Amino acid sequence: MIEVSGVTKRYGDATVLDNVSLTLHRGGVTALVGANGAGKSTLLSIIGRLLTPEAGRVSVDGLDVATTPSTELARRLSILRQENTVAVRLTVRELVEFGRFPHSGGRLTANDRDHVERAIDYLQLRPFEHRPVDQLSGGQRQRVFIAMVLCQDTDYVLLDEPLNNLDMRHAVQTMHLVRRLATDLGKTLVVVLHDINFAAHHADRIVAMKDGRILADGTPSEIVTPAQIQAIFDLEVDVHHLDAGPFAAYFARRD
Amino acid sequence: MLAEAAAVRGIAQRDGFDARRPRFALLALTGVFVALAVLFMTYDLKGSLSYALEFRARKLGGLALVGFAVAYSSVLFHTVTHNRILTPSLMGFDALYQLIQTSAAFFFGTFAVLQLDERIRFGIEIAIMLAFATVLYRTLFGRDDRDLYVLVLVGIVMGLMFSSLTSLVSRLIDPNEFIALQDRLFADFSRINQDLLVVSSAIILAVVAVSWRLLPRLDVVALGREHSTNLGVDHQRIVNEVLVVIALLVSVSTALVGPVTFLGLLVANLSYQVTGTFRHRYTVPAAVLLGMSALIGGQFILQEVLASSTRLSVVVSFVGGLYFIALLWREARTARA
Amino acid sequence: MTSGATTPRTTSGSGLPAEAGFVVAALAVLVVAAAASLFVGVSAVSPRGLIEGDDHQWRVFWESRIPRLAAILLAGSAMSVAGLIMQSLVRNRFVAPSTAGTVEAASLGLLIATVWFGSTSVIGKMVIAVAFALLGTAFFLSLVQRLRFADIVLVPLAGIVFGGVIQAATTFFAFQWDLLQSLNAWTQGDFSGTLRGRYELLYVVGALMLVGYLYADRFTLVGMGREFAMNLGVRYERVLYGGLALAATITAVVVVVVGAIPFIGLIVPNLVTMALGDHLRRVLPATAIGGALFVLLCDILSRTIRYPYEVPVGTVVSVLGGVIFVVLILRSRVGAR
Repeated sequence: MIEVSGVTKRYGDATVLDNVSLTLHRGGVTALVGANGAGKSTLLSIIGRLLTPEAGRVSVDGLDVATTPSTELARRLSILRQENTVAVRLTVRELVEFGRFPHSGGRLTANDRDHVERAIDYLQLRPFEHRPVDQLSGGQRQRVFIAMVLCQDTDYVLLDEPLNNLDMRHAVQTMHLVRRLATDLGKTLVVVLHDINFAAHHADRIVAMKDGRILADGTPSEIVTPAQIQAIFDLEVDVHHLDAGPFAAYFARRD
Repeated sequence: MLAEAAAVRGIAQRDGFDARRPRFALLALTGVFVALAVLFMTYDLKGSLSYALEFRARKLGGLALVGFAVAYSSVLFHTVTHNRILTPSLMGFDALYQLIQTSAAFFFGTFAVLQLDERIRFGIEIAIMLAFATVLYRTLFGRDDRDLYVLVLVGIVMGLMFSSLTSLVSRLIDPNEFIALQDRLFADFSRINQDLLVVSSAIILAVVAVSWRLLPRLDVVALGREHSTNLGVDHQRIVNEVLVVIALLVSVSTALVGPVTFLGLLVANLSYQVTGTFRHRYTVPAAVLLGMSALIGGQFILQEVLASSTRLSVVVSFVGGLYFIALLWREARTARA
Repeated sequence: MTSGATTPRTTSGSGLPAEAGFVVAALAVLVVAAAASLFVGVSAVSPRGLIEGDDHQWRVFWESRIPRLAAILLAGSAMSVAGLIMQSLVRNRFVAPSTAGTVEAASLGLLIATVWFGSTSVIGKMVIAVAFALLGTAFFLSLVQRLRFADIVLVPLAGIVFGGVIQAATTFFAFQWDLLQSLNAWTQGDFSGTLRGRYELLYVVGALMLVGYLYADRFTLVGMGREFAMNLGVRYERVLYGGLALAATITAVVVVVVGAIPFIGLIVPNLVTMALGDHLRRVLPATAIGGALFVLLCDILSRTIRYPYEVPVGTVVSVLGGVIFVVLILRSRVGAR
């Protein structure tokens, strides 16, 4: 269980997170949505102890992220930020192997190697496992990083806008993968998403943020309504109900 | 040509430009320069008056020529390379000059080089320098001018490499011959190459006479190749002419006192700050006055106030380098805000 | 996502990793060159003489040749490893002890230690040189962190200028205290004075290299960014500062014992990682061997090029290294954009 209580984060005069509290139980996919600057990524980074808040605390399975040794946390929780340009020349395999670092400190055991092999197969990286990461396309690279996180084998996986810069097909494949991680492997995923429709169709729960606060929290059918979207994004949309779930038609022209 | 002249006039006489500040700055800088020169000539005179005055006048002339050459060439270099950091000495031009000198001694023999008339030798060296500088510039700048910092880094490394090569070649020369050579070839501020003062003055006068008319057009060149072409200024031709001017001036200053890193950077940027304009009619004279004042004032302080025999070039590198770091530091701050 | 299968692999698939082949080949060349270097020098030492038990030859062999070889191998490999670690931690391929002010800071410390303690206390000199190297590197790091979004080449440029400022200050003090000659010896790496009893401090850097190897994985992760490293449980700041301190310490010790060897920490890691990638634990041994080999070859050259005189190895390294470095920069730019 991830517990966020009373977290506040400021940059100079700007308050990015304002006394945010949130509880995420084990299992399932939670989507964090909201307009640009709503504080989604900041909240995710604070949960993943990449940022330190001015006030409040975050605990993961009862461990305070501010005081728990970083290696200990790295075995329970992994976080993947959106900017994953690697300037370092590593092969796909070398990068994925680093996912085992929190467990083995760099000397791979047989068990570690199993994890690496499984992650490579799971993300279908076998054909280019020995190629340098910087020579891959954006979609391939994204899969490599997810494979590394998978290899890290943590109960909690935090993904910050994993669909950025992906084309339609790769975006859909990535969300399928996120879903499978939760359903097949029983992991808990928290994903920052821009597109409310991806959230509506792949998440079990949607947490909507605005101006550094949590505005709404519920199931997709509770959140994806014209009134809620108006409140979250200041945008008038029609919501259609498809078999797979609610669909916000925000592309529609309004003449 | 008509279009070019019109464009130039358009830029130079744009409405709303307040010429009072740069004019005042030039006036003040001239005052500072004259005061320093007088102080340098007259402070604590002892012994034979005519001898002392002549001795000091030569030294003053040398310092002023170097300050002039370095400042003038740096501002022009800034303009044609579209940056305010790169200077000829940062690009290793003066190290290159020394390398040419040493190599000549190595390949043709020390005495052949020393027996040659100083002025003829100087002429030949300048010719080689011009050829090298043009090739160097072409290979480096024929590419994209966005890669500015690459050029600076390459330049600095080449400067280090040239001076290492110089010391390598000089070690290949017979050690005894080398000592004879060293005095003649490697001048510094404490022993300015007096024989070349007249030649150098002539070169600088000629350069100024020829390039003065270019200055307004350089305001346009500073806008970049595309804008210059659009405004009817032949960018490539002006850049070529300016390069020749720079190579000449660098040769002059290096032959007189050796490499002076960071002086150009310092005085050119100070001149932009003081005059508050991009117009070369103001920035070039201001930089020149600053360059001459900096060297004369620096030498005076070192010699008379601190009574130290430290080389002036060391102090110039120190102050100029600090100034560069401060520039970076401040730019980082504004970029972040 | 489908293109993976059709693109050729650039790194060998299974079996022996590429770096193992490299290490074996380089080691073989190193052993041959090392053996040869033992018999190059002004005093005749030959395998035959040693077998025949010539006392004089044995003495030269033990007192001079073996220490010299050991010093070259240690200094060359350690400086390369220091460069490798710095490049990874600062995330910039052009950062090395000689482009970050580390070498110059160490020289300044050495100068001050010499003034305070005289020339006898090697440990005192080392401690102060290390302290200065740490301070200099820390300042460089804070400058770099301000320039985080700046161009990749601006970082080493700032470092070089920073080093230039320290060097100017050092030259000034050396001049005042009449230590210019000693200063020249420290800034020009030279193994000709390496004798038994005078180089053993260098084994410290051997130990530091081992420490670097143990932490290599953490350095790689820090090189991939703060967030990346923290996600995997690496204590980012601690590893960053610790690693830079390690590199600075190695540099200072080498400067104290044999003097600065320019460029080596820059070129060798770049060449090795270009071929083998940036997985530090895998390329560190190859870098160490490559550095030892490069310096050894330059030293053999410096002993033979002007026989019977010796040219300082620093000069040879900086000429060869400068050429390689310029080619590297220009090529990396063409490839990058």
